[in-house]
Parts: sequence; C-alpha cells; structure tokens
Amino acid sequence: MILFWLIILLMGCGLLAWLTARWNNTLPRMISLAGITVQFLVVIWLWLIHRQGNGVGRWIISYTHAWIPDFGIQIKLGVDGLSLLMLVLTSFLGILSVLVSWKDIKERIGFFHFNLMFVLAGITGVFLSLDLFLFYFSWEVMLLPMYFLISIWGNENRIYAANKFFLFTQASGLLMFLSILGLYMVHGRQSGIYTFDYEQLLGTVMGAQTALLLMLGFVIAFIVKLSTVPFHSWLPDAHTQAPTAGSVILAGLLLKTGAYGLIRFVLPLFPQASHQFAPVAMVLGVISILYGAKLAFAQTDIKRLIAYISVSHMGFILLGIYAFNEMAMEGVVMQMVVHGVSTGALFIIAGALHERIHTRDVTQMGGLWNKMPKMGAMGLLFVMASLGLPGLGNFVAEILILIGSFSTNKTLTVIATTGLVAATIYSLRIMQKVFYGKEQKQWDVTDFGFREMGMLISLSVAIIWLGLFPAPVLNLAKSAAVNLTGNTNNIVQVKPNINKQKYLVINEGVFGIRLISEKLQNKQINHKATIKNDHTGY
Amino acid sequence: MTIPDIKCLLPMVILACGILFTMMLIAVNRNHRLIFISTLLVLSAAIIADSLQTSEKPHAIGEIVIVDRFGIYYQVLLLSATWVISIFSYISLEHFFSDKRKEEYYLLLMLATLGACMMAISTHFISFFVSIELLTISLYTLISYYRNQAKAIEAGLKYLVLAAMSSAFLLFGMALVYAVSGTMSFSGLSAITPSLNASAQLMLVAGIGLMVVGIGFKLALVPFHMWAPDVYEGASSPISAFIASVSKCSVVALLLHLFVIANLYQYQKVMLAFIVIAILSMLMGNLLALMQKNVKRILAYSSIAHLGYLLVAFIAGKGMGVEAATFYMTIYMITVIGAFGIMTIISPSDEDANIENLKGLFWRKPYLAALFTIFLLSLAGIPLTAGFMGKYFVLAAGLGKTEWLLALVLVISSVVGLFYYLRVIVVMMKTDENSILTSSSFLRSSPAGVLMLTFLGLLVIGLGVYPDWLIEMVKNIQ
Repeated sequence: MILFWLIILLMGCGLLAWLTARWNNTLPRMISLAGITVQFLVVIWLWLIHRQGNGVGRWIISYTHAWIPDFGIQIKLGVDGLSLLMLVLTSFLGILSVLVSWKDIKERIGFFHFNLMFVLAGITGVFLSLDLFLFYFSWEVMLLPMYFLISIWGNENRIYAANKFFLFTQASGLLMFLSILGLYMVHGRQSGIYTFDYEQLLGTVMGAQTALLLMLGFVIAFIVKLSTVPFHSWLPDAHTQAPTAGSVILAGLLLKTGAYGLIRFVLPLFPQASHQFAPVAMVLGVISILYGAKLAFAQTDIKRLIAYISVSHMGFILLGIYAFNEMAMEGVVMQMVVHGVSTGALFIIAGALHERIHTRDVTQMGGLWNKMPKMGAMGLLFVMASLGLPGLGNFVAEILILIGSFSTNKTLTVIATTGLVAATIYSLRIMQKVFYGKEQKQWDVTDFGFREMGMLISLSVAIIWLGLFPAPVLNLAKSAAVNLTGNTNNIVQVKPNINKQKYLVINEGVFGIRLISEKLQNKQINHKATIKNDHTGY
Repeated sequence: MTIPDIKCLLPMVILACGILFTMMLIAVNRNHRLIFISTLLVLSAAIIADSLQTSEKPHAIGEIVIVDRFGIYYQVLLLSATWVISIFSYISLEHFFSDKRKEEYYLLLMLATLGACMMAISTHFISFFVSIELLTISLYTLISYYRNQAKAIEAGLKYLVLAAMSSAFLLFGMALVYAVSGTMSFSGLSAITPSLNASAQLMLVAGIGLMVVGIGFKLALVPFHMWAPDVYEGASSPISAFIASVSKCSVVALLLHLFVIANLYQYQKVMLAFIVIAILSMLMGNLLALMQKNVKRILAYSSIAHLGYLLVAFIAGKGMGVEAATFYMTIYMITVIGAFGIMTIISPSDEDANIENLKGLFWRKPYLAALFTIFLLSLAGIPLTAGFMGKYFVLAAGLGKTEWLLALVLVISSVVGLFYYLRVIVVMMKTDENSILTSSSFLRSSPAGVLMLTFLGLLVIGLGVYPDWLIEMVKNIQ
C-alpha cells in the first residue's frame, strides 16, 4: 500500500501546488519539496528495513489491487533491489530538481511544479510497476508533463525540441504497447488466462519469430529512451532546450527508465530472443559510446555537449546489459546511478552558468575559475567523475561493465574501452574552455550561493561515496542481477567473486585495472581453482 | 400495438409528445428560456423512462424495431448527449444569434434526436430509412440555422445535396437487397442468405456495398468525408458537436445491429471494403488535420480519424468488437461534446475558431484551457484520460481477431494525430502579448456551460483512471 501512496503523494502534491500558486509563489515550491522529501525518506526507510533482512522472497515489498479485472489489469507494484536503487535516485534528483528551479522558474510556478511532480510520479510508477498495462500507463504519464516542461519553460528553440522529444518517445512507446498487447494475447491463448501480470507472463512460451517481433517492440521503445545511436537525435535537442530541472530529470531519470525496461522486462520476458539480439545491441552500444564521444567533442553548446556525454555513457549501459553476466549487470546498475548523479550535477552547473551569463556557447566563456572558484571546483570534480577517474562512482561502474563484457565479446569491449580515452578528451575540454584559459568576455558574475553549493555538495558526497564504498549499492544491484541473469539460461556464466573485485578496485585505484584483468584471465583458465582460492582468501 | 409494445417504446412516445407539446408552447409563449427548460424536461423524462426499462429479454415489435439492452443503452447515450448539447445550444443562441426566432431550434434538435434514437432500435430497412431521414432533414435546417452567416447557409446546402445523394445510394442498395432476398428485415436477411445462389449473392453484396456508401457518408468516412470539414466549420459549435456525436453514434448503433443481426460479417468482400475504408479514414483524417488552421476543421478531420479507429473494433466483429465499438463511441461522444462545448464558449463564429485566437488562453482563462487540454489529450489517447482506455479497448479487440495491419495503422496514425492536438495545446500556452484578442464577444463564459464542461472533464479523467463501471455496462448490453 505504501508503494501506491508514493505515487498518489506526488500527484496530490502536484495538484496542490498548482492550486495554491494563485495565492503565493513560495507555497508550490514548499509543497513539492515536502512531497518529494517524504518520498525520499520513505525510500530510505525501505532500504534500511531491507538491509535488516525483512524482505521475503524476491520483492522487498509489493502491493496488488484489482484495477480493471475484465482485462486482467491490476495495480501491481513491487520493489526489489534494482527498483529500490532507482527510487532512491528518483527522489534524490527530484529534491534537487525542485531546489534548482527555486529561483530559476519565475513564471507560472504552480503549473511548473504540477508538471514536475507528475513527471516524478510517472517515473516512480515506471520503476514500481509489475503489471505491463500499468507500466505502459506510467510510461506515458511521464511523457506529457515533460513535454510541457520543455515547451513552456525551455530555451529559445523549445517547441521544436519538445515536439521531437514527444514524437520519438510516443511513437516508440506505442510500438511497445502493441508488443504488450501481443504478449497478452499470446499468453492468453495458450493458458486461457488473459493477464498483464508481469510474473505470470514471465514463463510465456512462444515461437522464435513471434518472440523476436514482440521483443523488438519493447526494445525500440527502450533504446529510444536510452538514446542509442540511430534513435538518439531527440536527446541533444531536448536536453539543451529544457529548463535545468528538466535536463536533470531527463538525463538523470528518463534515460534510466529505458535501461530499467531492458533489464526488468526485455531480458526476462524474451530470454532467447534477447540472445539473438545481443550482438546487434552490443554493436549499437559501442557505436553510441564512440559516436556520442565524437559528437560531444564537436559541440560548442555546453548543454548539448553534456547531452552527447549522456549518449556515450548510455552506450556502456547497453553494452553491459547484453553482456549477460552478473558483473556487467552490476556495473550497469551502478552506471545508472552514477550517471544520474554526475550528469545531473553537470546540468546544474551548466544551468547556473546559463543563468549567469545568458549563453551556453563555450567559445564565449573561458577563465571563469577566477571569478567563480566554487563553481570551478565543482565543475572539475564532476568532469573528472564523468571521464571515469578512479575514486569516483563512474569508474567503478564503467570498469565493471567492461570487465563483464570482456568475457562475452572481446573485440567490442576493446573498442568500447577507447571510449574512455575519448571521454577524457571531451571532458577536459569542458574544463579548459569554460574555467581555464583566457577570458573571452568580461562577464560580471557571482559565484555559487548557499542553495547551489548545498545541492552540489550533496551530489559530490554521493559521487565520492559511490566511488569509494560502492558495496551497499552493489549488494542491492546484485540481488537484482542474480535474479535477472539467472533467468536467462544457456549462458556460460563467468562468476568472478564480486566482492573481491570491488575491493581491488577500491584499494588499488588505477592499478586495479591491470590486476583485475589479470585475475579474470587467470580465472578463465583455471576457473574452479580461482573460486576456491577466493573463498579461502577472503 | 399492445400495452407491452407501448411500454417499450415509452421513451420515444414521450419524446414525440414532448416535441408536440413544446411546439404548442412556442405558439402560446415565445420565450427562449421557457422553451429551453421544456426541452430539458422532455429529454430528462425520456432518459428516465429509458432507464426504467428493466426487462431482461429483448422485446421485438414486429420486424420493425427491437428494444433490447443494446438499444436502450444507445438511446440513453443519445438522449443524454442531446441534453448536454442543448445547454451549449442555449448559450450559443443566447449570445451569438441575433435573430429573434430561436425557439424552433429546439424542436429540430429533438426531432433529430428522435430519429437517432429510433435508428438505434431499428431492425428493418424501412424503420432505418425513416429514422435516418428524420435525423438528416432536421440536420439540414439545424446546420444553416444561423442564417445571418454565409458559411452556415453554404454548409447547410452542401450537407443537403450530399446527404440526399447518399440517401439515394442507401435506397438503391436496399432495393437491390430486397430484389434478391425478398425481405427487408435484418433477421429475415440472415435467414435467407444461405439459400441464395452465386449470382444472387453477388447482387446482395452489391446492394450491401451501396448501403455502405450511404452509411459511410453519414459517418464521414474516407472517401465519403468531403462534406465534414465544411459543415463542421459552418455550423454552430453545438450543432457540430451534435453531428459528431449523436448523428454518428446512431449510425454506428444501426451498423452494429445490421451486421450482427443480419450476420453480414460473413461477406469477406464487404469486410475487405471496411478494412480499406478504416485504414484510409485513419490515415487521411489525421494527415489532413495536420494542415488545418481552424480548430473546428481540425476537430472535423479528427472525427474522421476517430470513426476509422472505431471501425477497427467494428471489423473485429461480434462479442468484444461490439463492446469495444460501443465503449469507444461513448468515450468519443463525451470528449467531442466537451471539445465543441469549449469552442462554443470561447469562439462565437467560425472566423474566431482560428487556431491563432487561442494564443495564450492558458494564462487568460486557465480553467477553460485546462479543460480543453484534457479533451484534446483524450482525443489523442493519452493515459489518465478516457481516450486512452478507449484506444486500448479497440486495439485489444482488433488484436483479438489478429488484425495486425489495422492495429499497426491505428498506432501509426495516432502518432500523426498527436501532432495537431499538441499544436493546439502549445498555441494555448504561448504568450504573445500583442496578439491577444480583445473582442467583446470573445471569452464569454457562462456558469452553466462551465459547470457542464467540468462534469464532462471529470468524466473523461474518471474514465481514464477507473473505467471499470463503463466496461461492465458495455459488456451487459449484448
């Protein structure tokens, strides 16, 4: 029941914020901040009780209620490790997006917060739904408010960007809806039970051809959201034109719904078809990594640049998901969290810059460190995070993905690794163009204030914590990863001892890379012996 | 006629007597408000009489009509729609019609409704034709009722010529069917067709084909859709709503009755024709709507597309198909009456329905604009609105009969459709200070109209979140 209330809470706060806007400008902000904070606390509370081991079975907590029984549609919500992590991320970035628009949004405050809360409610619904109809429902609910956020409070070219965003996601979403209905029919004909229940649909037997077609419907919807290369073109426009809060949510959360959908629905529902599709997906992932990196390097618009960084980072996620092993999967979940944090931070910085100097053109910036040392320092930290500096969260995620996928496809992984080099180049370019070098113009700017500093410090605590002590997150991710990859049979599972790898990463920093890969090779040669060693060693 | 017969037809009797009574009332006292109230009372009485019909068994009166739950459901739907439309008509007539003779409008409206309601229970070509003519002839006049406007006259004439032609097609089709089968009742048709030889079958299919032309015209399906945008634009908004909802709904009811009772689903060629018509309607309706600048024309093309969606459910056939079609029609009616209701309040004449005049509506009249957004989103089929549930039901019915092509076209065309609904919404959200209209007739709001719109808006949201009760109701009609 508490899960359902999480969604209702956000929607209610949204409505309330809209209604109260006519009396007071601060009230809507307070209401949405309160709502999302309550969600954050509840989610943290769930995490804590989970760690004490109260969870029974696969789901930490779940809720089922009949909705439209005639069609076998239920309100079925459930939380496992994966969705819990996503919820933490949602509410954390939710708080930040309310805070970041505290002074940013001066017009139509009530309606803005209404939309903000509804996007967050939709995202929460997506991460919680265990009924495919409800999932699609939430999937759509998060679209429209986002459309409004971009098209009303966006930058100069907002209508175009909003339309593009909406059409890409809506068209792919409807294909997914067709697939959902197809799956519903196939399952119904076989078993006589017409239901959208995720757990019941899991075991649906179908022909290879049917499975492939149905899977493609899902996959297209998810990789459009994930902005994989042939379908990525909506993302730079939407990210650039959205207001800061919108960019944070788009990059931090909306992209993750695509990855979440792949992990939660595509792999378990269509294990065989996913294996057929894996090579294509991995190639697409690698292309996204490199192409995103190349385009990021070519941008002069700072928000566009960050958007292409997202494309590149999402490539890692796709690569990792289709590597089909536990380690890569943990890396993927980690990447989802850390990308949300680091890119969210970069967008907040970019938004703050835009607010201060009214341009996003990096060629007009330069030498801003002297004027805004606090912003510069924060920028440096998160740029380092996004290029994968050891000690920060992104490193852990990317290294896990690469090691995991190395055992599945060596060539592609090697190519993908060059993406890390490219990441260094484009990330450092941000620092160089914006904060170092000669001043292009005499900007009259103020440094970060108390509110902005607070937000960024919380983000930096998060990213450093994730980089140094990823164990809590990885443990949560692990349960999900085991559940999910456990479903996909016929995989030669390389099961290196995860904890050991992790400690290596932490203790030995950059040098850990070499050690880990050596270890892994040893393991492949002498798998059993290594596992034995691991057990004795730790 | 026996007592049970009359009891079954009581709502229609009440409506017919009510029309006569109102006519006499006009002769005694020509007062707009009085006649309006009398109309509402007559319609309410008919609705109540309908909802008191409790008999579980269908009651056939000769071969002419059959009063069953299906017919009663549709009658209540049609009468309630007219009830709502007459409120908007009152607002429109009171504010935007300068002529003195406003009262006859209500007589025509009720006459048209009578025709529509009769059509929902017809099971015979004769009753079908008489009711459709009653509906159409009343509509000729209603469309051009605002006779001080050139466009209204033009629309009325256009409708007259084309509707008369389509009636000719309809009649000729009926004649052909009668020539082969020797019967004009739906049930007789289904009994006799298995015994026909090949050439007679061909003639029968030709006859049905001609009838499809006539029906297609009334539903404004592509390629018989040419009249729709002009008529929607020229007629006053409430009448456009009436054409889009009541007139089409009654034809859909008749179509379902005809195909189910006479079992015309067995004719592959006819169904093929419907599949082609459905695909064309969905695609053309949405594509043509993209180019429109007038909101009423956009709604006209969107209604072409929506009837195309509805045909997907209709093609799926008995059982779930009929349920889905009925469900979709109900939801479409609620939504489209809401949309035209908004247009009634915010734009008195066709020139004012230009999309540019809606600019900034969201910030001047936030409440009306929010309602309009809800209706448009429901038309676009976005979740949390009833339109989404309707579209889901239709898709499920289509896929249940493995109509993959139709389902795919539906999905693709509804993506196209999003474009123009979104455009209207975006225009409402724009703020361009110098374009805001200050015309005095603009943005007149009336409490009754706003209240009605609120009710419709709540219904749209309510059905979008919790459609179970309507699904139950729709499942019960067969």
